[in-house]
Parts: sequence; structure tokens; C-alpha cells
Amino acid sequence: MTFTLHRVFVTAGISALLSLSLAGAPAAAQAGGTLRIITWADYVPADVAAQFTRETGIKVEVALSNNEEMISKLRATRGAGFDLAQPSQDRIAGPQQEFGIYKPFDLSKVRIERIQPDLLATVRRNATINGKLYALPYVWGAEGLVVNTKRTKVNDYLDLCRADLKGRTSVRLRRPTLMAFAFAMGKDPFALYGNRQAYTALMEQVGAKLIACKVNFRFFFDNRDQLLNGMRSGELHAAMMWDSGGWRLNRENPDIQFIAPKSGALGWLDTYALPARGKNEAAAYAWINFTLRPDIAARIAKSIGNFSAAKDADKLTDPVLRAQFAASFPDGFKSVRWYPAIPPGLEEIEGRILDRVKAAK
Amino acid sequence: MTEARTRSSHYLLLWLLLAPALLWLFGLIVLPHLDLALLSFRERTGPGEYVFGLEQYRTFFAEPLYWDVFVRTAVVSLVATALTLLLAFPIAWTIAKLTRGRLSALLFAVCLIPFWVSETVRTLGWMILLRETGVLPGLLVTLGLTDAPVEMLYHDATILVGLVYTSLLFMVVPLYGSLESLDDSLIEAAYDLGGNGWTVLRTVVIPHALPGITAGCIVVFMLTLGNYLTASLLGGKNSLWFTEQIYTQFITRFNWEQGAAFGFLLLALSSVMVWIGLRLSGQRFADVMSRT
Amino acid sequence: MAETPDQDLEAKALLKRFGSHTAVDSLSFSVRRGSFFSILGPSGCGKTTLLRMIAGFIEPDSGDIDIGGRSMRGVPPNRRPVNMVFQQLALFPMMSVGENVSYGLARRGVPRTERERKAEAMLERVGLPGSARKRVDELSGGQRQRVAIARSLVLEPTLLLLDEPLGALDLKLRERMKIELKQLQAAFGTTFVYITHDQSEALVLSDQVAVMNNGRFEQVGTPQELYYSPATPFVAGFVGANNRIDGRVSALHGESADVTTAEGWTVRAQRHDALAAGDAATAFVRPEVAVLGRSVEELAMPAESAVHQGVVESLLFDGANSAVLLRESRTRAEFRVALPQTGRFADLKVGETVMFSFAPERAVCFAAGARHG
Repeated sequence: MTFTLHRVFVTAGISALLSLSLAGAPAAAQAGGTLRIITWADYVPADVAAQFTRETGIKVEVALSNNEEMISKLRATRGAGFDLAQPSQDRIAGPQQEFGIYKPFDLSKVRIERIQPDLLATVRRNATINGKLYALPYVWGAEGLVVNTKRTKVNDYLDLCRADLKGRTSVRLRRPTLMAFAFAMGKDPFALYGNRQAYTALMEQVGAKLIACKVNFRFFFDNRDQLLNGMRSGELHAAMMWDSGGWRLNRENPDIQFIAPKSGALGWLDTYALPARGKNEAAAYAWINFTLRPDIAARIAKSIGNFSAAKDADKLTDPVLRAQFAASFPDGFKSVRWYPAIPPGLEEIEGRILDRVKAAK
Repeated sequence: MTEARTRSSHYLLLWLLLAPALLWLFGLIVLPHLDLALLSFRERTGPGEYVFGLEQYRTFFAEPLYWDVFVRTAVVSLVATALTLLLAFPIAWTIAKLTRGRLSALLFAVCLIPFWVSETVRTLGWMILLRETGVLPGLLVTLGLTDAPVEMLYHDATILVGLVYTSLLFMVVPLYGSLESLDDSLIEAAYDLGGNGWTVLRTVVIPHALPGITAGCIVVFMLTLGNYLTASLLGGKNSLWFTEQIYTQFITRFNWEQGAAFGFLLLALSSVMVWIGLRLSGQRFADVMSRT
Repeated sequence: MAETPDQDLEAKALLKRFGSHTAVDSLSFSVRRGSFFSILGPSGCGKTTLLRMIAGFIEPDSGDIDIGGRSMRGVPPNRRPVNMVFQQLALFPMMSVGENVSYGLARRGVPRTERERKAEAMLERVGLPGSARKRVDELSGGQRQRVAIARSLVLEPTLLLLDEPLGALDLKLRERMKIELKQLQAAFGTTFVYITHDQSEALVLSDQVAVMNNGRFEQVGTPQELYYSPATPFVAGFVGANNRIDGRVSALHGESADVTTAEGWTVRAQRHDALAAGDAATAFVRPEVAVLGRSVEELAMPAESAVHQGVVESLLFDGANSAVLLRESRTRAEFRVALPQTGRFADLKVGETVMFSFAPERAVCFAAGARHG
């Protein structure tokens, strides 16, 4: 993540030029051709991509990113440059209404019967605009706590703020942290999504809590490896983390466990989404149908360390992973909360709060 | 008639030679800036709906946080520039006046070495050295200087060290240039007339090197002000760097309007600081730029 | 030599080596108060090293320097009662003329108003009244020269050192500045120590000249002594124009000796060293000592004088310093004769054969390879 002030301008300039040139280019359908995916690390395993190329003759190019960057990049090009994106299901509707960066799915082209119905229903609920569906489920998991049981014991997010853990915990300075702490404080932020004023008040409360807790955070982590290294080296004793990272640490060191917090784990669900001006739509559909095959879906799930949204992939899931899941979620997945779609404008309120946390001494 | 024609063909040649640079300048610097300027004067009224307004700039002045980060970035950049100058001056002096030939080339190379690896690798290297479980805290414990490993990252001092290290070469080069051109006999004459080390430095060396000093300070200040990686990685949870704010606004908040406004405020800050610097040192911009 | 208050500078067995090269070789000398003392020598003779040791920029390996009767051992340049005018003058370009002149006063802590008054007075004395506010680069070469001297003299040093300050000037200006320098020195009465490789500067300016070669003084004396009574072949060759004739002693005649070249040309000159027949020797005859004539009668020399015959090789017209370059008829040896200023030989042609002659007592011969210091 290299970045300077000028690079922002240059990037903006390049994207301006790029969008001009793309606008002029004829939207020639490519037979075979290339599939350009913008997605998360591990989401497109190399061997799966290779098999796809063998079977279809379509080359796969992968750009690694995260939710915010995906949206920013697509926004810069007004939805061009990629044929497939994989944002989280709650980040579809807002940005789509705001920036128009995606196009709806033609469900006749997708083997929709291969998707688990309850996950599809969740996405339908959050990513439908004007009756059209803008996302399909891909992979899901939950966010919770990773803890080094040799050094400490935690049950919920607020435990990260305990005096004995000063300088030994970490969270991301992102919206999931605000949500998690709100629930841990006994509030329901999702219920306030429609009420800007009440939501702002709640976020301010959460912000105050995080500021009070700031001495406990060794750093705000930006990427998975930063946190994993902190846990491995023992500099961190407990942190907010998503399941796959936690289980990875658990495989390396059984003392480190991933646990669902008492206030409930937050479920995330990453999707397939079609950028508005992707050039190779056919390839995107081919890839989606390919990855919904149970054998392929299981391989992908193993690579990510989470669970696939494809039917029957579970049966092929790694037994170690299933055991870890059982240990982390003793009551199954009942306590997991799914993020509802974020209404436009809320992130600005959250951003202001996150900035204040960052600036607080 | 013919003279006029040769002159016009001369100008044509000049424009042709400059054309790639001008296109580059216009397409990648002027255009995006115009676009950003327009962007910074937009207010969002609803999904995808915008009107002209000063909201973005109002937010900057209304929210103490942004203002604080802005001032902090400016102050830390100034301190880093001053430290870089203090550190670079003896180095430049040594290379320009005390060593000859291969030794001075070697010293230059030593200043250049950090730039053989990318900024990311360099900064991550610092993190490996300084983190609590890193090399340096471990060494301090081994030497018995501290009882337990000390976290050396995430302090303002760490940011300063990193910034100074990154900027050193950009100060040494213009300083070297201006010190090298200083006739040794001027220094001897000053001594001969009764000056001592300090007065010679103050009355002869510094006035002579002032264009180089100003040039180095401007370059280092701008580099530091626009630095993102060093400040955010070494600063950790308290880094609070203004470019980080811009990045956040653009990338994680999707708030390009606010980011653009911040960008212009930063541009204004560096322009004002450069102007003040030139004023204080009594230098002209063109003279200083020819030194860099 | 005993230390007397009459001496502003006394060097005692000064020695300085750079690696295996001896730049200044056990030099001892003294400079009288108020005199203009020049050190004349070719580049690389050690004169710059000597000057820098006096100024304090170089420490001698051994020996001592007394200035104004005080030993300068361990005294840094900024504490010595000595100031220097540098080769390139080294005026401070970042300061005005006035600030340049008052620089040393400021270092001594003289208050500003007094500094300015003194600087202005000094500028007036060197003929630059009202230039205090000018920038250095607004001055002509000669004016800068005067500022450089003023900058040093305002400190009233015991000794003013000048390191070939005229070298950078063009010929015309150099001639004028020579005169100005001499007048300034006379007006201020400060002891000047001047180094140069230009023998004409040294002769015109100095009360005393030391001819330096290979780290030693070959001869110290008035310009007249150096010119008319050179003590060594080096001095004879270096100071003023001279015809040099190398050969062996073929006969002795009282105070004089006959020196015969390998080609067989014999000239007679006064003996400077004890010489025996057969010794290798070098004779020096100044161009203006020889007389020229188209016939023996025209030479108007005493009857016993040797008369030589030569062919005009080239005419060297230079106004009052015009000369003719001859080749001795038999041996083709080169010989230069000054042309009389009467214009008598204005019609001389290249290729013409002429007579020339000189009085032996006005020529000198040395044992070859002899060293005198």
C-alpha cells in the first residue's frame, strides 16, 4: 500500500484518462479472453484458476483488495476495469445507489439452484434494488475474538478494554468494530439504521468507549498479516478478528483460540458482483457457475479457511475446519448476526467517529 | 522575412521539444487538479446528487480533529526538516570540504544506499528492528540496559527518525552543491580576519550556502508533508498524518469531495510554507530551484 | 641574529615536509619593520607554504616564527597580528564593501558605529570614498584589490601578507596596481610580505627580495644587489633577462676567467667562485651589458676587449626593452643584445652580420652546479 499525496492526484488523473479511453472503445465481446477479478486474498486459489483456464480457455487475472478499495476503484472508473468484484453483501446497495458501479444479474445465466437458499435469501434482502438483484453469495464467515488462552481470558469485546490488557489488544479502525462494540454495549445499531439522529448518538457513545479503550490497543491493524504476526509474537494477547484468521493461528498454536463473543458474532457474507462496465460478462458467468460446483467450492473454502455458499460444499469441507467451527460456535450459527445493507450516508457519520478515535490521545 | 521565418521555426522546434512534458503536465497534473478543485466545492444532497458549496472546507474548520491533524503534520514536518538540516550539514560539509575523490564518492553512496530498497521495505525493516519483540529492544535487554523489552514503535520520535532518515539525501545533495562552490579561501580569510568557527559559519558559510539550505529545506518539507507510509506505519495508532486523512477520505470513506478539499488545503499549506521560507531566507524561487 | 625590536618577522630554522618532499628547508630570515619584503620564486619553490606558515594556516614541523617579537607557536590564524591578502582576494560576496572592510573589526567586538566610521575612513585612504554600500561585484578588479588591502589594514596588523594578489589582473592593470601597492605601503608604513613568481613585481615593489628555490633562499638582498650581483647561477638566471653560456674554464686572467663552450666559443667574465682551468663553469651576460656595432670601431670598446660576430636571428621589438637575438657566427650559440634607445639600429635586418662585445667585469661566471644559499 504505497501512497503519497501526489499519487492520489495521479491516480485520479489516470482514472480520468482511462475512463475516457474506455468510453470510446467498442464493447467487443471476447471469445474466451480474460476474466479480471478484483477480490480478497485467497479468494481465487491459483490451482482453481488454472483448472478454469484449462476447461474454458479463459485466462484469469486477479487484483487483491478489500471492501473499501474495491468500491473506490470501481467508482474511479465508473464500474470499468474489472469483470467481477467480490464485496461484502452489506456494501452493495449503498454504493450502487450512490455511484452506480454494478449491473444486475441475469439469473437465467446462473446455476442458482446450486446456492444455499438461506444465504441467497439474505443477499436478496440486502442487495436488491428496484427488483433487480446485484449480488450473489460466495463465501461467509463470522467475526469474533482471537485470544491467547495461555496469557488471558476474554468473553466479549469490552474485555479488550480491561486494565490488565493494556497495550496487548488490537482492533481494526473500521465500521465492524463500531458495530461489534455497540452490540457488546447492549445496543442494536442495525435497528437504528433508519434513524440518523439516534444512530449518530449511538456512534458517539461507541466512539467514546473506544477512545477510553485506546490505551489498550497496541495498534489498529490494517491487514490480516499484521494481526497474525502480533498474536504469533506474543505482543498481542487478544484481538478482534474474523474466523479464518483465528483458526489459522489455532492450527499453528493451540493456545490461540477463536471464540464467538457473548454478545454474538457478526456474520459477514462476501458476494459475486458484476461491475457496471465489465467487458467480459460471459466469462464472469462462466466463472460463477464453475465456482458453484461442490468440488471447486470446497477447494475454495479450504483456501480461504471459511465456508462456501455453494450447496453440498460443506460435506467436502476439511474436517479440521469443521472441528474448529464446532469449538468456536458451540450452539451452531444461531447467534450470528448478519449485516443489513448500509444506507447511504451512514458511513460518513461512522467515518467522523473513527477519525476522532484515531486522533484521541 | 527570412529572419522571421527562422525565428518562427525556432519556436516551433521549442514547442515540439516541450510537447511531451507539457502534455504530461497538463494531462496528469493540471487536469486532475482542476477536476479535484471542482470536486472539493461539491456538497452531497442525496444519493448521487450534488450542489456547489463550501461544505467540505467548512467541515475542515468546524471539526477540530482535522485542524489538529493539519497543524500537527505541519509542525512535525518542520521539526523533521530542521533535524534533517542539522544532520545533513556536517555530512555535506565532510563530503564537500574534508574528503576528496573516492572517499567522498563513498560517502555519497552511503547516503544513497537507503534508496536502493523501496520505501515499503525500508519502513518494514524499521518495524522489525524497533518492535517490542524486535532486534533493538532485545539487544537492550541483553545488554542489561532495560529490564523488559521496550516498544520503540508508535512514538512521535520514531516517526521523526524515520522521516529524517528518508529525507537525508534530499538535503545532503543541495547542501553539498552549495558548500562545494564555497571558495576555501573565503573561510581562511574569515579566520584570518579574526573569526572563529561559529562566526565563520554564521557570517560566511551559511550566507553562502543559503540557496542550497533553502532548496533542501523546501524539498524535505514537501516530501515530509506528503509522506504517507513512514508516518502511518511507524506512527501506528497515533500517527495522525494529514495525507492519511486524505487517503482515508478517498478510499475508505468514498468521500472524494472531502478528500479533494483536504488535498487543496495541503497544497495551500505547502505553498504558504515555501513562501514564508523564501521570505525568511531572502531567496528567490528561481535561484533556489536551480540549486535542487 | 639577535632579536631586535627592529624586526617585525623573524623565522628560525623553519622546516616543513609533505611526505618525502621538503617544502620549506630550515629557513631562517628576518624582515625589517616597515619594509616591503618579497619572496620571489618559481611555482613549487615553497613560497606559498612559507606564507601560510606565517599566517598560521600550516604548522611548521620544526623551527619557530616570531612576529612583532612574539613567538607564534600554537597561535591560531585568527589570533595572529597578521593579515593576508589572498590570491583571488577572497572578498566576501555576500557582504557589502563596507561590511567586508569592517568584518575584522566586528570580530573584535568593535561597536557598529565605530566600525562603520573606521571602515569609511579606511576606504577613503585607499581611494574608495563612499563605496561602503556597494556590492563587491560592482567594483572593478583594481578597486577590489584595494578593498582587500583595506580589509586587512583596518586591523592595523604588524604584518600584511600578500599572496600573488596581482596574478588575476590583466597586464595594464597589473602595472598600475604595482605602483598603487608601493604607494599604499609607503603611506601606511606597515610591513608587507609579498610572494610572487614575477621577478618584475618583486624588483619594482620591494625593499628586500628573497629569491627562493627548492625550499631555500638562494639570495636575500635589495633588487639592485640581486640584479647586479647575483650570488648564484639560479638568481642570475631567474632575476632579469640574462644570456647563459655553459662551458669549461679555458684560461684565468686575474679576476676574470675565459669560459669556452663545447662548440668552441670563448667568452670572458668576472669570476664569482674560485675556479681552476678545466672546471665546468657557467657565464651570465645581461643583454644590456653587450654593445652592438656594424664594425669594430662602432663598438667603441677598449682595444683589449674580445669582439664577437653574430648573425641576426630575429628582432624583438618592445619599445624601450627592444632587443635583437643573434647567433654567434661560428658556433651558432644564441645571444641576446639590448638595442640602444637611440634608434641607431632601427634598420637592422634579419640575416645581417654584426659585431658585439661586452666588458668582462660586467659579466659573471660561476662554477657549474655550485650552490649558495
